[in-house]
Amino acid sequence: MAILLTKDSRIIIQGMTGAEGRKHTQRMLRAGSQIVGGVTPGKGGQTVDFEGACLPVFGTVAESVSATGADVSVVFVPPRFAKDAVLEAIDAGIGLVVVITEGIPVHDAAAFCAQAGATGLAAPAVRTRIVGPNCPGVITPGASNAGIIPADITGPGRIGLVSKSGTLTYQMMYELRDIGFSTCVGIGGDPVIGTTHIDAVQAFEDDPDTAAIVMIGEIGGDAEERAADYIKAHITKPVIGYIAGFTAPEGKTMGHAGAIVSGSSGTAAAKKDALEAAGVHVGTTPSATAELMREVMKSLP
Amino acid sequence: MDLYEYQAKDLFGAHGIPVLPGHVVTTSAQAREVAAELGGAVVVKAQVKTGGRGKAGGVQLARDPDEAQRKAAAILGMDIKGHTVHRVLVTPACDIVEEYYLSFVLDRTQRTFLAMASVQGGMEIEEVAATAPGALAKVPVDPRFGVDAAKAAEIVVAAAFPPQVAQAVADTTAKLWDVFVAEEATLVEVNPLVQDNQGSIIALDGKVTLDDNAAFRHPEHAALVDPVGQDPLEAAARARHLNYVKLANGQVGIIGNGAGLVMSTLDVVAAAGRAHGGMRPANFLDIGGGANAQVMADGLEIVLGDPDVLSVFVNVFGGITACDQVATGIVQALGMLGSAAAKPLVVRLDGNNVAEGRRILARAAHPLVTMVDTMDAAADKAAELAAVTFAKGA
Repeated sequence: MAILLTKDSRIIIQGMTGAEGRKHTQRMLRAGSQIVGGVTPGKGGQTVDFEGACLPVFGTVAESVSATGADVSVVFVPPRFAKDAVLEAIDAGIGLVVVITEGIPVHDAAAFCAQAGATGLAAPAVRTRIVGPNCPGVITPGASNAGIIPADITGPGRIGLVSKSGTLTYQMMYELRDIGFSTCVGIGGDPVIGTTHIDAVQAFEDDPDTAAIVMIGEIGGDAEERAADYIKAHITKPVIGYIAGFTAPEGKTMGHAGAIVSGSSGTAAAKKDALEAAGVHVGTTPSATAELMREVMKSLP
Repeated sequence: MDLYEYQAKDLFGAHGIPVLPGHVVTTSAQAREVAAELGGAVVVKAQVKTGGRGKAGGVQLARDPDEAQRKAAAILGMDIKGHTVHRVLVTPACDIVEEYYLSFVLDRTQRTFLAMASVQGGMEIEEVAATAPGALAKVPVDPRFGVDAAKAAEIVVAAAFPPQVAQAVADTTAKLWDVFVAEEATLVEVNPLVQDNQGSIIALDGKVTLDDNAAFRHPEHAALVDPVGQDPLEAAARARHLNYVKLANGQVGIIGNGAGLVMSTLDVVAAAGRAHGGMRPANFLDIGGGANAQVMADGLEIVLGDPDVLSVFVNVFGGITACDQVATGIVQALGMLGSAAAKPLVVRLDGNNVAEGRRILARAAHPLVTMVDTMDAAADKAAELAAVTFAKGA
């Protein structure tokens, strides 16, 4: 089953004709994803060849949906045009929009999250589920890959992973590559994101293929603290945590637009404390975190 | 980007919010001139991007130009919470009857915007929220619909502004929303918003944070960047489009790919450093996804150029980034820098094309480069090497 993404997901790529879009479409195809086409305004009717697989380009998302039955979109459109691209995908009824683009203005992200009914997976009334922006995407190893997470790090398994950080996602997949993952979700490091830690851990709780959950957070905002409360109240599966940014100075943005300690709020220590108070074991380094998960997996039936 | 008070007020004024006249100056003689031009009593206000200026003595009343000069001389150069005062704003003194609070902020938790208003302004709003939460009205604003006259009136009612100022505050609320949207801010705050003895509403002090991601739509915001007080290494890194933050009291230079991994690297080095005389990370440098050899070389040059750095830890997990490109960048950078590169490098590579990356480094066999297989062990090695140099220096 996994979450969000299965082998049956039919994926379109918004921005497939650009350099990044083209490169990653090729990688997703090699990973076995069902890519059914691309969307680039003004280039409808063209085709793009990927090692023999000839994919159609549509001028609008709506056309791509009616022609291919697409239900997932991966967005590589540059920041200037990303808001319109995401709004178009929402209007066309796409169920899952994965926004890879980095550097989208926060007013634009707030607008498309509002339009998507952005209360995440938890709300049944949600029209479109957005993952990102500024994220590496979603991978269900062995089934489908929607984004830029390298598919060759590890295979299918029973760990669910949710993370604000791309490279820490890759690192954790690598550390636990012998065990494997049900689904890995990179939710992104921007201040406004569509899918949160809570949404992902809840979906993993409901997913029979997931036995345990790794949750990676970082400084900024209070998403990890809220996730800790949620885990305590609703999650029965084991959760292991990792938080980055203990050494980050106050008031400095650490790479991700959302990674900033403001006054005394958003600190790594507060997040770690909240998770531990909720019964989540928090690793001191990525490797130590992987070790904690290894112990958990050994103890499971 | 956080703005200074005077910059915030300029934006407010440009959008029709009532503000007091005044000028920002850098010398006490100029402060005197401005005070003479304004006439009457003035307030001399330190321009620093931190709160608590008043308590620190950075905001002072002056009855005449002579006093304005003396007060400005005392405030200029003052240190307020680690911020040196390079400029003061000289503005007319205001007869305050009541102090209010008004702001729009990005609400990360709800993925939307929030209006906050209170008739108890003047003090830090966190204090109001903590001591009298009922006195702080919070009204969500849907980014798609914004603030029209009806929404502004709703905010005014929620905060229970007195009837005699309700209309003026509602007008200011709508205009402040214009600032928030037109300038693409994540925070616009007026504190205090005052009613003076004429019954007028004036934005007496302001705070604005602009969204850096929106800079491409606002070329005019480039003029608001403060050249003074910028770390020279940070400026050099920015010129090369590198994501770099200088850290105080550090000895181990850090280069990695991906913001999360680099933050994690800082933490792991700080922890490892405890066993090596308290060595700490000296910087954050993210060479980003898909980094090529040139980016690696640029990053290395910046970090090696930091006199605080005694050793460098290059920590790369190749997802999109190819480890052979990183290795090539290291070898090229060391070649370019020649004898200027005199600090030991610890390199940990994993992921995409790692075998080729390690082969390139092994073949180059540079005497300054040590390869270590795991992140934790490499952090320990980098801290150890920094401690060796540190001990020699001491």
